[in-house]
Amino acid sequence: MRLTKLFMAGAAALTLFAAQPAVTVNAETLRFAFQGDANSMDPYNLNETFTLGFLGNIYEGLIRRNANLEIEPALAESWEIVEPTRWRFHLRKGVKFHDGTPFTADDVLFSADRVRADGSDLKTRLSADTKVVKVDDYTVDFITPKPNPILIAEWETFYIMSKKWAEKYGAVKPQQATGNEENYATRHANGTGPFKLVSREIDVKTVLEANPDWWGNATKKTNVTRVEFQPISQDATRVAALLSGELDMAYPIPVQDQKRVNANPGTKVIVGPELRTIFLGMDEYRDELLYSNVKGKNPFKDKRVRQAFYQAINIEAIKKKVMRGLSNPSAMMVAPGINGWSDKYKRLPYDPKKAKALLAEAGYPNGFEVGMDCPNDRYVNDEAICQAVVSMLAKVGVKVNLLAQPKAKYFKKVLAPNFDTSFYLIGWTPSSLDALNVLYNLLNCYDPKTGRGKFNLGRYCNPEVDKLTDQILVETDQEKRNALINKAWDLTLGDIATLPLHQQALSWGVRDNVSLKQRADNVFLIREVVIKK
Amino acid sequence: MLAFVLRRLVQSLLVMFFVALLAFSMFRFLGDPIAQMVGQDTSLQERERLRVELGLNDPVPVQFARYVAGVLKGEFGISYRIGRPVDELIAERLPATLELSFVAALFALLAGIPMGVYTGLYPDRWLSKVLLSLSLMGIALPTFLIGILLILIFGVNLGLLPTFGRGEVVHIGFWSTGFLTISGLKSLIMPAITLGMFQLALIMRLVRSEMLEVLRTDFIKFARARGLSNRAVYFGHALKNTLVPVITITGLQIGSIIAFAIITESVFQWPGMGLLFIQAIQFVDIPVMSTYLILIAFFFVVINLTVDLLYYAVDPRLRVHGGAGGK
Repeated sequence: MRLTKLFMAGAAALTLFAAQPAVTVNAETLRFAFQGDANSMDPYNLNETFTLGFLGNIYEGLIRRNANLEIEPALAESWEIVEPTRWRFHLRKGVKFHDGTPFTADDVLFSADRVRADGSDLKTRLSADTKVVKVDDYTVDFITPKPNPILIAEWETFYIMSKKWAEKYGAVKPQQATGNEENYATRHANGTGPFKLVSREIDVKTVLEANPDWWGNATKKTNVTRVEFQPISQDATRVAALLSGELDMAYPIPVQDQKRVNANPGTKVIVGPELRTIFLGMDEYRDELLYSNVKGKNPFKDKRVRQAFYQAINIEAIKKKVMRGLSNPSAMMVAPGINGWSDKYKRLPYDPKKAKALLAEAGYPNGFEVGMDCPNDRYVNDEAICQAVVSMLAKVGVKVNLLAQPKAKYFKKVLAPNFDTSFYLIGWTPSSLDALNVLYNLLNCYDPKTGRGKFNLGRYCNPEVDKLTDQILVETDQEKRNALINKAWDLTLGDIATLPLHQQALSWGVRDNVSLKQRADNVFLIREVVIKK
Repeated sequence: MLAFVLRRLVQSLLVMFFVALLAFSMFRFLGDPIAQMVGQDTSLQERERLRVELGLNDPVPVQFARYVAGVLKGEFGISYRIGRPVDELIAERLPATLELSFVAALFALLAGIPMGVYTGLYPDRWLSKVLLSLSLMGIALPTFLIGILLILIFGVNLGLLPTFGRGEVVHIGFWSTGFLTISGLKSLIMPAITLGMFQLALIMRLVRSEMLEVLRTDFIKFARARGLSNRAVYFGHALKNTLVPVITITGLQIGSIIAFAIITESVFQWPGMGLLFIQAIQFVDIPVMSTYLILIAFFFVVINLTVDLLYYAVDPRLRVHGGAGGK
């Protein structure tokens, strides 16, 4: 008994030793690491960049975005706007899901229901009052109650699931937050995309293999046949694994490690601007600040004070000292690459003397005290940026008491409905890559009923901006729409509603033999990866 | 004897209950799980609905009672982050942590005892002094620093050992083991050394001071007077007598090894319970955190109970009162 067990264990070990080299020798295996894992394989579970980006290798939407973030046909070969409220999509024929079932209009209708069901975190992909109508097996109409010029802007991550598969395995609804049941789709995936899910061990390893039946195989760029993804949460360990050659690609690489990765033969860092804008906001709503020595009034209601804060911040120093050159100072609340960005807006110059004068003019010749909230594990060097701001404001006489906390605590404090802050740092990427999202979420008057302005934590409110936003929402003429967006910027930037700081840089580490495209939204497209021998 | 074990078991249930209660009352200082569970576009109503569904608005005692009721039914809840039953997740991670802790403890014993004996016997030799200063480093250096140093030297510069993870594992029933593959064994070396370093230093110093003490006692003098060889005196008599406290301390330290594996696991991305726990803290994944803490409390309770029972086996004096139900 004991002997046979031992023998079996030995045999198992031997076969493993024998099998191992075959895997590692394969040059077309891509091994990569990120700081966290995809939370679920269910594409409607969490609206988060990495999870959805990773799933984009397995699942596909009706449209997709290329390496430059331009919209391309994917599961829909073409589409047209039949009338302003009716979009018609012509589906690609001959597409099969990974389990072999053909893709048809029924799957689109099913996905449209599932993405809006309770438990889905992607309900915003398709409003509840949009009707989805099957015209024939390969034609689907989307009927919106009002014209929506950017209906498909976020559809790259509105992935189409198989109706049959979901019904077969009881995954018709997304994962529920309570109960004791695991949804089948949490650990299994059945998409139409370039890679199939082979195995999944959460936080350890997820393996994908190239899909031999992918519709895009004829024109595909990548030569990757197998993907091994392993999350590594510690920065130092992730960098070490890249340096030691155990990974072909790892991200993010902390700014302080970039020199080492570049100095190491065989690895390099690829940097590029990210779409996220980091900015400071102030409580412009309460009549008295929660955290300040100024009583009976709110200094941030005075535009001169906001401008003084703006001009007291030396953004170039933050770029040089805190971000080590890896940031783009921003005059706007959106990054280049977002629809609605314009180069006509410039930052107010750094001018501490002017700042002091403005403060004096506003009635604070000796400055005042204010508390500041800052996350310390959310954005690149977030706490260090806040510390730099604190010392810069000290030079114009404003004493800032900084409270930097982990994101779980920070967000609980500052987000709606608490808004428990007087002065804060936060970052934002509009998921639609369009200025409307920024105006609606960050710069409109807060309305708890509709959710308008729910990330406008300082509750800046200019009804004119809201009116413009309503017009932008339904304006289908692109030129007119952009003119309206510019008007909204004129107002909000003129009001100094917020203090934009910069866009942080993306920082990906790769081996020299790996070529890839870095997308500005920090999504890693494996279909763009080529591994040279 | 049986009454003693039963009484201890009842006590341990109480301990676990209070650990859970304490843990629960601290969770609300960790932050808001909802902000982690949903994306930025999720509406306020949706967030509120989720909060109500998870019962996060209820007072802590109510939440705690609900959790305990679930545990009694064998339901540990579903992870906020991963969406899978917590007991399954922990069962999956348990082998990694136990294997690592076992190898770390073995390393600490197998290296610590001979080093302790040597430094005890030859306190003036230079090697003893080197070993003693090294052990001081083992106690003083923080675990993550030792881990990162090892990674840089053996993983990056020399390229001998994998820098992270567990390598290839073999699944035998519910257990996953890294003992049966070369990559699995190689992956074990650095984390085990990192985790065992503190215990090694502790055991070495303990054995050394016990050796020094025992060697001064009368029975060693008598043993020498009988003309026994050095070997027989040192290993047959002296070392044997030093081992009683060593066993006790080692037993108690096994609990700490399992609990302190958190840091080592996160440095080496070792897929054990500790890593799961760290990630649960960042995410405010309450079901995972509470179940992990209860399990760790359970380990400590079991280990303490075993050590107590070992006393009975080792020390005859306790056995006399044992039947009467002594402590």
